[in-house]
Amino acid sequence: MPKLSYLEAIQQGLDQAMEKDDDVFVLGEDVGKKGGVFGVTLGLQQKYGEARVLDTPLAESNIVGTSIGAAMLGKRPVAEIQFAEYILPATNQIMSEAAKMRYRSNNDFYCPITIRSPFGGGIHGALYHSQSVESIFANTPGLTIVIPSTPYDAKGLLLASIESNDPVLYFEHKKAYRLLKEEVPESYYTVPIGQADVKREGDDITVFTYGLCVNYCIQAADMLSEDGINVEVVDLRTVYPLDKQTIIERAKLTGKVLLVTEDNLEGSVMSEVAAIIAENCLFDLDAPVMRLAGPDVPAMQFAPTLEDEFMINPDKIKIKMRELAEF
Amino acid sequence: MEIKMPKLGESVHEGTIEQWLVSVGDKVEEYDPLCEVITDKVTAEVPSSYAGTITEIKVEEGDTVAVDEIICLLDTGDEQNETEQEQSTNNQAEDVKEELQNKQTTGSNNIQNDSVSANADGPKNNGRYSPVVFKLASENQIDLNQVVGTGFEGRVTKKDIEKVIKEGTSKTSSTIVAPKDSPKVSQQSAYNEPSPGSSIPVNGVRKQIAQNMVNSVNEIPHAWMMVEADATNLVKTRNYHKNGFKESEGYNLTFFAFFVKAVAEGLKAYPLLNSSWQDSEIVMHKDVNISIAVADEDKLYVPVIKNADEKSIKGIAREINELAQKARNKKLRSEDMQGGTFTVNNTGTFGSVSSMGIINHPQAAILQIESVIKKPVVIDDMIAIRNMVNLCISIDHRILDGLQAGRFMNFVKTRIEQYSIEHTSIY
Repeated sequence: MPKLSYLEAIQQGLDQAMEKDDDVFVLGEDVGKKGGVFGVTLGLQQKYGEARVLDTPLAESNIVGTSIGAAMLGKRPVAEIQFAEYILPATNQIMSEAAKMRYRSNNDFYCPITIRSPFGGGIHGALYHSQSVESIFANTPGLTIVIPSTPYDAKGLLLASIESNDPVLYFEHKKAYRLLKEEVPESYYTVPIGQADVKREGDDITVFTYGLCVNYCIQAADMLSEDGINVEVVDLRTVYPLDKQTIIERAKLTGKVLLVTEDNLEGSVMSEVAAIIAENCLFDLDAPVMRLAGPDVPAMQFAPTLEDEFMINPDKIKIKMRELAEF
Repeated sequence: MEIKMPKLGESVHEGTIEQWLVSVGDKVEEYDPLCEVITDKVTAEVPSSYAGTITEIKVEEGDTVAVDEIICLLDTGDEQNETEQEQSTNNQAEDVKEELQNKQTTGSNNIQNDSVSANADGPKNNGRYSPVVFKLASENQIDLNQVVGTGFEGRVTKKDIEKVIKEGTSKTSSTIVAPKDSPKVSQQSAYNEPSPGSSIPVNGVRKQIAQNMVNSVNEIPHAWMMVEADATNLVKTRNYHKNGFKESEGYNLTFFAFFVKAVAEGLKAYPLLNSSWQDSEIVMHKDVNISIAVADEDKLYVPVIKNADEKSIKGIAREINELAQKARNKKLRSEDMQGGTFTVNNTGTFGSVSSMGIINHPQAAILQIESVIKKPVVIDDMIAIRNMVNLCISIDHRILDGLQAGRFMNFVKTRIEQYSIEHTSIY
């Protein structure tokens, strides 16, 4: 099995989806000729032609609106929003149209679109290029939000998203693109949507997280294992709707829960995870549910020192994990 | 440095260690309490004469030792540089402390129980339990007081209790039957109601109470009498002053103060009641010092209102309040309990209407004030509703006969009935 980076795994997934199904097509800003600003769609236009890899104007509502229309006619569009922050002009299309299509038409129409977008910080992108936007969409029934944490999951979840007959927001962490590498099967496979995954087992504390933080949490957990602290790391993978069953099950095992997200602390996806645990696990809790998240400030800063202050990293996670383990 | 059994009173030659408040390895400051000692009916704390570390406890709890006998050894630090090896025991406590600090700051997280268990006599955990710990403890019938906490600030973690479940409570089962009354823990937890089927070891104050009761009954031929008094005016008088008194003085004006005052006057009028049988002679006491019984859960104390006959109702009320406070806070001193010549017992607070007291040896009598109850009574051939109270007296029949007791009781009864708003000054 070849080792693929997170970016290459997504690229391979797109290629295989287009190869498998002629109705799949890609559209977005600079995705065609340039092959995307990060190079995710590199070579696809040469392979599948201008009709299946479309360069669009700089108008996100148009990209998503076009996708919804095409989906109505039986296509499976994969739209790319160049940076997650740019998705905001398209929120009306996503939340009011795509998410409600099935409900509004009483199951006559549905909306099999996938919207890919790089999110997250740590790449000196500052304002407009570093934020997490998942919580904006994470209370819109009809939408699914997936955030893969490994190359294997990135490919499998992308293919599952494209196969899904309902709209999926697929957020990929831009710092993970070239940072994470692992063996990825060359064959076509899917990873089920809506299922969290235990990435590392442990019986002292349970950490729920997603995205790049999964890797950071595993690093921190490995450091702590030398001190005899066994940390379980659960990757949510689908942050909306949440895999409540797994969350409850794993939280009950240790009774000590840490929630880690790169998003701003207040009102993040983790706030909901905390609520699920509070509602279902009271008599199995051994410590207050703890959270580690970005501060409640307007944006991730450009100054490297301040960016470090905002970003989650293995050292910060380690300190918090230890605090919980020793509680 | 040696700590000796102090002399806790004029005629006291020995004391019983009721409980140790420190254990080996503990660091104490000068004047920190080391242990509780009981003499007679007093519990007193023995303060440390120096600052240092406890190295050895010489006397077990429950043992009685003579005054000036060594009860424990203290390392004040001055004598530390004798030999390296001798230090090791003292330093062990510091090592434990250091290790705990490491766990908190750099956090090596060695969850090793041996380091914590050195402090075996103190509370085993910080008494704050998470939901899952409570659940597991109740499902497995584990006494949480016996579980060593290895978490933050000695909290019992889920893992701690899982370990106890897995390894069984063999180590702790013997102590559960008779939970050790460790003061640091018992301050938080309520008084432990003993469960049926278990046995309570008799020691300390309870043992003293038992001894005194048996002595009194064995030696003194008790006789008993009860008179009924009309306390209607007393009730009116007290209620008239009640709120104003509380406002100006800050404590309650109780019925009991009126009764004690009446008894004190009675003792002045009939001094034979205020006497003691001692070696075939009757000693008449000069002072009227009234012992009052104060119950504190499982203990009974009899602090003394000295020269009660010289005090106003207010003065008596204040002393009753102070002594009761002290008893509840376990602050009674031996001086507070000494010199009683007659006992008044407020049995009415329990709802009792008639009871036979056992005389507080070597006094001559004990008087019980029963509940004040509204009753129909005949006055001038008419039925009236009056506040009636029974006064019960037990007398030492060697000293007193029915005649003196009857006169005394009638005097007290009359005094009680003479209280009135117009003629009674409480100041």
